[in-house]
Amino acid sequence: MLYRENGQFKTSYAADQQIFPITQDRWAIIGILVFAFVAVPLLVDEYMFRAILIPFVILSLAALGVNLLVGFCGQITLGAGAFMAVGAYAAYNFHIRIEGMPLLASLLLGGLTSAAVGIVFGIPSLRVRGLYLAVATLAAQFFTDWVFLRVPWFTDYASSGSVSVSNLQVMGWQINNPLNKYLFCLAILTVFALMAKNMTRSAIGRQWMAIRDMDVAAEVIGIRPLFAKLSAFAVSSFFVGTAGALWGFVHLASWEPAAFSVDRSFQLLFMVIIGGLGSIMGSFFGAAFIVILPIALNQLLPAIGDLVGVEISTAGISHAELIIFGGLIIFFLIKEPHGIARLWSTGKEKLRLWPFPH
Amino acid sequence: MGFFLETLIGGLMAGMLYALVALGFVLIFKASGVFNFAQGAMVLFAALAMARFAEWIPGWFGLEGSYLGTAAAFVVAGALMFVVAWLIERLVLRHLVNQEGATLLMATLGIAYVLEGIGSTMFGSSIYTIDVGMPKDPVFLFEGIFPGGLLINKEDFIAALIAAVLVGLLTLFFQKTTTGRALRAVADDHQAAQSIGIPLNRIWVIVWCVAGLVALVAGVIWGSKLGVQFSLSTVALRALPVVILGGLTSVPGAIIGGLIIGVGEKLSEVYLGPMVGGGIEIWFAYVLALVVLLFRPQGLFGEKIIDRV
Repeated sequence: MLYRENGQFKTSYAADQQIFPITQDRWAIIGILVFAFVAVPLLVDEYMFRAILIPFVILSLAALGVNLLVGFCGQITLGAGAFMAVGAYAAYNFHIRIEGMPLLASLLLGGLTSAAVGIVFGIPSLRVRGLYLAVATLAAQFFTDWVFLRVPWFTDYASSGSVSVSNLQVMGWQINNPLNKYLFCLAILTVFALMAKNMTRSAIGRQWMAIRDMDVAAEVIGIRPLFAKLSAFAVSSFFVGTAGALWGFVHLASWEPAAFSVDRSFQLLFMVIIGGLGSIMGSFFGAAFIVILPIALNQLLPAIGDLVGVEISTAGISHAELIIFGGLIIFFLIKEPHGIARLWSTGKEKLRLWPFPH
Repeated sequence: MGFFLETLIGGLMAGMLYALVALGFVLIFKASGVFNFAQGAMVLFAALAMARFAEWIPGWFGLEGSYLGTAAAFVVAGALMFVVAWLIERLVLRHLVNQEGATLLMATLGIAYVLEGIGSTMFGSSIYTIDVGMPKDPVFLFEGIFPGGLLINKEDFIAALIAAVLVGLLTLFFQKTTTGRALRAVADDHQAAQSIGIPLNRIWVIVWCVAGLVALVAGVIWGSKLGVQFSLSTVALRALPVVILGGLTSVPGAIIGGLIIGVGEKLSEVYLGPMVGGGIEIWFAYVLALVVLLFRPQGLFGEKIIDRV
């Protein structure tokens, strides 16, 4: 009833081409932003910020990057964790080696370095496709794992192999408590999400999608596969690298290469597939699902165990978590292979026609 | 020269073991187009089952110390792998027919989690040993030709031999039996196979059973070498470059790819490793595979990829 576009006439090109052509959508997005920036900080306690919200925001950013590459350009990657690592360590080196480097500049330079590395590891995509490419991107993963473990220059010769940053600030604004960290990451995520959305609506995004749908046909109509694929790798790695830098600087503050292992890559790919390939919204859904599910299981299982009077050991819980996590992923893939984003758009479609079924 | 040959032979034997894991990938991919990331978890699951049954069964039937107990454990573990294969086909793959490659890949990752969880719940999660009575002492060969001879691990040698026999048996199975022919028909063309009356679902169960059996053999060999523990499931990641190097659809490719990767890893670790700080074998394998892919995108022996618009 409320979600109708009747009577909303577009009288200019600008109105016709805006991101959210339906007024209600615009209000909804403004509402969500106000909620995230104003209401959440008032409602939520410190534990929620540290355990759920900050990881969710940063991993959404990374999932967004992976989705640009996998969902929009069709190049499956299992090396996203590697680009997070590159972003984090590059930002770290810019931060400590250049005196007075502003935080934002080191984060973005970390992202740019990651983009450069992404282009290098994207070169095989010009020859290699599909699952072969997915396995080939694992090369990036294992190579960076090794580099950051074995080449001491990158970790500033830290004896323990782990690096740490402290005293984060942007133009005098101290980012030292969970609330400020959350707001900082959220602000970056908002800007990047807007960038991603606009990119997918413009020429470059259309080139990516043409390559995804059929690269030979795209080439025939004059799209340069070299440019399209490598630009997708670069942009995606930039997003993922920036997310990695945030993950290291803001969330962990002190980290070692294991923070960006191959499991992280799998996790990011799970996010985009469960959330919805080729959907900006889906990246957020996927990230929320993957971040919250293990924590929820961790809290729920002992409670259920108490309820039926069975004492579950810690090891038992972690095994049960694995089983349920894997089971739910399979369930989701079977029931909705196009991801949560598809459910979302089906819901919107239904709402538009309501109360009529068709 | 003797040292070089020793490294080379060590690499060939390690390569045979990689090939064994890679074989599981190729079998399933050939017949159903599923890139089975759960192969590593299946190896772990099978090894766990084998290790624990070998411990339990002699206790139940009073067969301590005899080969009969080990053999019984192997049979029971094999049966368990058949059940797992059947369940995977029934509960997961049947519902995901015609989905994209990436979705199937993720589904098998889900299967891997479930298998790891169930395996640790059923069989425990500490480190176990498998002892199938393989001799562990090293032997020296060609002492007359090289000073000091060539040091070769007997266990590795037997493992490589078992792998070779298994590959031979599988080749016979694929070439000579009716079921094997049906499997190859399904691999070539699902629809055509179905239209001449080959039941796809049953074929898929059989393929997963065979892959489960291969995983069991790989699990026993790797397990008796390294001990049965959680990290065993990462042998799949070591075997992935083998699969893409040899070609996803080629059984001989898996073997030859395994040998190339095994030798490449060992030689690079010994001769290149000290220059850059060591530990390079895992990414070296991937980079080696990547370089080959740049020249042959379908792997060395994979089917040529033909694009039609």
